Amino acid sequence: MGAFITRGFKGRQRTPAELQARLPPGQYVESGFPVLTAGPTPDVATDTWRLRIDGMVAQQQEWTWEEFSRLPFETVPCDIHCVTKWSKLGTSFGGVSVDTLLRQAEPLGAYATIWSYGGYTTNLAIDDLTGAQAWVVTEHEGEPLPREHGGPARLLVPHLYFWKSAKWVAGLRVMDHNEPGFWEMNGYHIRGDPWKEQRYWND
Amino acid sequence: MERLTPVEQRAPGRWQIGTVTAIKRETPHVKSFRIEVPMWMEHLPGQHYDVRLTAEDGYQAQRSYSIASSPLDRGEVELTIDRLEDGEVSPYFHDVVVEGDQVELRGPFTSYFVWRGEHPVMLVGGGSGVVPLMAMLRHRRLTMPALAMRLVYSVRGADDVIYADELGEDAVLTFTRSAPEGWGGHRGRVDEPLIAQAASSLSPGIAFVCGSNGFVESATGLLLAAGFEPSRIRTERFGPSGAP
Repeated sequence: MGAFITRGFKGRQRTPAELQARLPPGQYVESGFPVLTAGPTPDVATDTWRLRIDGMVAQQQEWTWEEFSRLPFETVPCDIHCVTKWSKLGTSFGGVSVDTLLRQAEPLGAYATIWSYGGYTTNLAIDDLTGAQAWVVTEHEGEPLPREHGGPARLLVPHLYFWKSAKWVAGLRVMDHNEPGFWEMNGYHIRGDPWKEQRYWND
Repeated sequence: MERLTPVEQRAPGRWQIGTVTAIKRETPHVKSFRIEVPMWMEHLPGQHYDVRLTAEDGYQAQRSYSIASSPLDRGEVELTIDRLEDGEVSPYFHDVVVEGDQVELRGPFTSYFVWRGEHPVMLVGGGSGVVPLMAMLRHRRLTMPALAMRLVYSVRGADDVIYADELGEDAVLTFTRSAPEGWGGHRGRVDEPLIAQAASSLSPGIAFVCGSNGFVESATGLLLAAGFEPSRIRTERFGPSGAP
């Protein structure tokens, strides 16, 4: 379409020039951290928390909270982009790289289904989960991850729209095919690259 | 029962140019816009459209708005828009748009917070969170008026009631700040007695809750306590970030 101009629209919330290059198309800068959850907020206690890797793997893995907290911990500075149009620039999370988690499991398939306490699922290619692109995080900006933002632990995949960064993560199942997860079945894009504006099914 | 909306559908997803055919002021901060959509398709009550504004120099802003109308209103959608003081798209709609204006939009999108005819249905809305719930209420009135559906609607004051002239016996209002003169109904936040009152004629079925995050957290807690299954409480949250 391209040529359409909205009568009388000036745009009064333009992103400062120095931040424009960090903002994907159709996004705006949000200084807060909105909460978007489908359904009630799960309450997950760390003493019963487990993180499991199974499916098409050479070696299934499971960590308790204790065991997980002894894994190499990284601080991840990042920008995050929500499909509902807000982006939060210059935030940070802390956790364990998915590379570390997958190393001993040895994935034998090219895709994964992430599942969460509360029943949420999302699908990702192993290529989007490895190569220092994805983490299971337990901290946000130096503080324990709040429950409403997915605490005690959530996935973090900042290069894709944020619905891929599953809150209350419980496990990763390696698959031989790309099985649409919760939002991917309900209208959102199968991959969700914000720089290609892959919001909905047909984008 | 005239008919339900289709269960399986794919939005065209293409940007199209809609024409504003009517504007209704609902409250001092809320207006409803009827928009004629050339590639219109039936939506599921609860779905949204994306709206895109383009300035002369090419600058664009996009936002999502819930559809307030029933899919039986063929060829057009009603978007009810709350004017956010520090917003960009909502002040444009409120301050600039007049009947006959054109805007780009695409939809309808996402099929989680949607009503497909399940019942009984409890709707709980806070402020402009009532908008997608109104699409459900309107569609039920048009298709299955006898189906058990109740709306619990929380507003601040007498001036803040969206769709005031359409709320009937299927709606229970509460005023959190100032009730109108002579109000004999519920005051204060949505609480256990109010949920119990609305649910008295409904066995726990499906619930749709829409509002600010704090509102949704509190309302879902009450619904869980009232016996609703977590998997049968669908939520849509908006507004500022939650407490740190």
